[in-house]
Amino acid sequence: MKKPLYFFLPVLILIAWEITATFINNAFILPRLESILAVLLNPTATTYTMGTGSLIDNAKASIIRILLGFLLAAVIAIPLGIGMGRSEFVHEFFDSTIQILRPIPPLAWVPLTLAWFKIGITSIVFIIFIGAFFPILLNTIDGVRGIKKTWAEVAMNLGAHERQLMGKVILPGAAPTIWTGLRVGFGVAWMCVIAAEWLPGTTQGLGYLILYAYNFGQINVVVAGMVAIGLIGIGFDVLFKWVEKRWFGWRSLER
Amino acid sequence: MKNIANLSLRDISKTFTSEKGEKIESLSSISLDIENEEFICLLGPSGCGKTTLLRIIAGLDRPSTGSINLDGYGIDRPNPQIVMIFQEYSLYPWRTVVANIGFGLELRKVPAQERHLIIKKYIEIVGLEGFENSYPYELSGGMRQRVAVARALAVDPSVLLMDEPFGALDAQTRNLLQQELLKIWEKTKKTIVFVTHSVDEAVYLADRIVVLTPRPGRICEVISEDSPRPRDRTSIEFAKVRRHVLDLINQPKCSLP
Ligand SMILES: Nc1ncnc2c1ncn2[C@@H]1O[C@H](COP(=O)(O)OP(=O)(O)OP(=O)(O)O)[C@@H](O)[C@H]1O
Ligand SMILES: [Mg+2]
Repeated sequence: MKKPLYFFLPVLILIAWEITATFINNAFILPRLESILAVLLNPTATTYTMGTGSLIDNAKASIIRILLGFLLAAVIAIPLGIGMGRSEFVHEFFDSTIQILRPIPPLAWVPLTLAWFKIGITSIVFIIFIGAFFPILLNTIDGVRGIKKTWAEVAMNLGAHERQLMGKVILPGAAPTIWTGLRVGFGVAWMCVIAAEWLPGTTQGLGYLILYAYNFGQINVVVAGMVAIGLIGIGFDVLFKWVEKRWFGWRSLER
Repeated sequence: MKNIANLSLRDISKTFTSEKGEKIESLSSISLDIENEEFICLLGPSGCGKTTLLRIIAGLDRPSTGSINLDGYGIDRPNPQIVMIFQEYSLYPWRTVVANIGFGLELRKVPAQERHLIIKKYIEIVGLEGFENSYPYELSGGMRQRVAVARALAVDPSVLLMDEPFGALDAQTRNLLQQELLKIWEKTKKTIVFVTHSVDEAVYLADRIVVLTPRPGRICEVISEDSPRPRDRTSIEFAKVRRHVLDLINQPKCSLP
């Protein structure tokens, strides 16, 4: 291992945790590592999760929700962002509304969401949508505006019409920045899904699981759920970064 | 016998209105007839409107007054026969060398197979064999300009507009590319309008040197240069012509706005 120091603190924390847990000897406050690991290492077992399905089932429920909300946000924010980035008129029309809505935290939408969509998946998906929407939109606008004028003029000079300009210059040129927006948007959406699963009427999902487990005093399940949430979050981020490096490497290598 | 006039500029002026609303006159009544297969160098100080003029010829900007004709047809929008090589770096960084050169062909829906043959030909002409699949960030400045030249040539225009294409290069690379450009020009027989502010470059390349005044650019001299190519920069003859051009551009009517 090249950077031993990198892992020093986490290991120290785990040791301190285990010693303290043994000392306190109260699983309702600080469960032992073994009991947390038992949950994590048996992700398909239903014994720990009090009838909510296995850890995997709960993760699946959360991932499906986030994908729905996230994809919906992308499908709306990207075309809108391209329109706003390309046309001063479209920008002027939408910008004020966006500036007003943008600072409202996604979770502040919860009560209104419940009033509109009642209890159920629609409400959760809507909260995720709100969370992912603005990062994707703002990055798309930035990406399109960051297109070098010369790139478009070369294309026009060589006879590109509007559709070719979009497909061969605007989209590929803005793609790295749009992708950054998707990555950031996904991160926000992942935070939102956990909190949105605390809405009444939910019966599954990692967010639901950790709150439900707390109500039953199963703190080891709470911590295991948190670890799972963190790992899945990192997993998606790594995936996004991998694609970024593979397809959009030119942006950072460009001089 | 020279060919009949091919590209004609009639009384071109351009006035920009800045953000603050001031009027900036960038070009003033430019008239010029450029013959088929002629190599024209536009020589003028920075800011005199050289880029502006090329953009107008390319149909990317409209002149405030005047008109452009190519073979008798008015130019008021980009025309497939007129291709510009930009002053600033203009390659698509997400495309390989091959994909950059083939860009114009792609736009014109040339079938893939034919496209590859054309790309291959121009890769050879500009000497980029071995770099077909490199990205622009992997190339030196000189190689990038070769790609830009190949991209423009690939669509086989009749007029090539070159805006200080070698301005950012060192003297050696610059001389080399000038030689190669002449070879390409002799092979492909295009009309070339080449912008430069180097007297040396103009004397080396041009059939005719068009000298512009400082802003607003007007034509103050047109110097014909018909000594045979390749011209020897170290010869006394070359030095004389250079001297002559320098004298002309330093006279008050050319050096004052
Ligand atoms: N879009 C524009 N809006 C306002 N002014 C402009 C615009 N484009 C050019 N100008 C002005 O017109 C003048 C001529 O510009 P141009 O770029 O044609 O000069 P140039 O001869 O190419 O100079 P250089 O050798 O430095 O490239 C400059 O004073 C410039 O400020
Ligand atoms: Mg210029």
